[in-house]
Amino acid sequence: MSWHRKHLLDIESLTAGELTTVLETARAFKAVGERAIKKVPALRGKTVVNLFVEPSTRTRISFELAAHRLSADVINFSAEASSLKKGETLKDTARNLEALNADIIIIRHGASGAPHFLARFLNASVINAGDGAHEHPTQALLDTFTILEKKGEIAGLNVTILGDILYSRVARSNIWALTKLGAKVTLCGPSTLVPKIFEQMGCRVTHNVDEAIADADIINLLRIQHERQRKSMFPGLGEYTSLFGLNKARFKKTKPDALIMHPGPINRGVEIDSEIADCGRSVILEQVTNGLAVRMAVLFLVNGGKGPQEIAG
Amino acid sequence: MAESTTILNSTALQRALTRVAHEIAERNEKSADVVLVGIQRGGVVLAERLAKILSGIWEQTVPVGNMDVSMHRDDLAHSIAPNVHPTSLPFDVAGKIVVLVDDVLFSGRTVRAALDSLNDFGRPNQIQLAVLVDRGHRELPIKADFVGKNVPTSLAEKIVVRLKETGGSDEVTLEKSK
Repeated sequence: MSWHRKHLLDIESLTAGELTTVLETARAFKAVGERAIKKVPALRGKTVVNLFVEPSTRTRISFELAAHRLSADVINFSAEASSLKKGETLKDTARNLEALNADIIIIRHGASGAPHFLARFLNASVINAGDGAHEHPTQALLDTFTILEKKGEIAGLNVTILGDILYSRVARSNIWALTKLGAKVTLCGPSTLVPKIFEQMGCRVTHNVDEAIADADIINLLRIQHERQRKSMFPGLGEYTSLFGLNKARFKKTKPDALIMHPGPINRGVEIDSEIADCGRSVILEQVTNGLAVRMAVLFLVNGGKGPQEIAG
Repeated sequence: MAESTTILNSTALQRALTRVAHEIAERNEKSADVVLVGIQRGGVVLAERLAKILSGIWEQTVPVGNMDVSMHRDDLAHSIAPNVHPTSLPFDVAGKIVVLVDDVLFSGRTVRAALDSLNDFGRPNQIQLAVLVDRGHRELPIKADFVGKNVPTSLAEKIVVRLKETGGSDEVTLEKSK
């Protein structure tokens, strides 16, 4: 069990062993967050840059706090208040950040592949914090971590992802992570947002919500991504709620120990009934706590040097 | 090929631990304040065994915790990221006599990291160090209070501690790579 990668660009290229390494490491970092002193010196003297070309609050804050808890220095860089607005290319921006001796660059970008592009010419480590509709690796890792913590193992579980799959990087990363770890993934939502082609990723695809949630151990709800849809993919939010929203009637038909997850931000009354979001089987806020632990683990792992793993006592 | 010499067999290892436990008991009259903390990974099982022997000597349960010091190491930049385990200290260390337990004392850097890490949990009254093997080659001004066996080594040699709890039988060997 070890980690030899300099970057975290996607889940697709990781092995099950690497995923397990991150999850195991995150367990140790979660314990740090439960102490009176929630800080360790592992990244002391390192500089972490949050390069968020696409707006984000929760992921950025989570990465920022994770870096602080590892004693790194953090620079936040957002597109609105930056030279990108003045016509600078992403490559030049990243090079400028590296010229400030940044050690780790965390990038969120609207274009799929932007982190991979940076990783090709930067000496710094690159962490993908969401690229277009491609991947959001740390979200999948924190979701998997939460499932593992609650259920004890991933293999053999039925995980249903419900909502806007087509435009969701969260869904893609989750599908990769879950199938690599042996879970059975079901995708459900309007046929325009959940095309059959996802079956090629090893998932079951259905457009019948009752069928999708009946045997689910985990129900992961995704928000409808208005901002990524160029044309209307379904008649309206009201219709979406009545056909696919997790309401009380549907919730009653789920397994009694099925967990409800959501990457946030939740739209109460749209994809999820307000009371269900706050019920005992909802782990939505634990996902946020675990996100911090997982991001600390990822920063810690990519920061590792190139030498032998063995450390002399 | 590696050449292997047995330093401690199963009986000798148990005897060394029993002696170390008695030394800990002798040194600490306030037995109620003593807690043992095993350093991941080699120290964890040893701390549990010492606690068992000490509980017998003192006729009271001795609390045991374990600690992963990876996040406090000074050599993180020189190696790939180590596997880290959750630290579990099921007691408040403030005011206690903490006996750190490790299998092999070598450079002293693990112990330094443990001292730093422990500091984040509170301020013990005293910190003592118990090791099964002291192999020398210290790089820091650190010394063990209780030593199972002193083994002079060369830097090319390696001390391997096997314990029955982690598979196999109790044994400490000195391995020389040719």
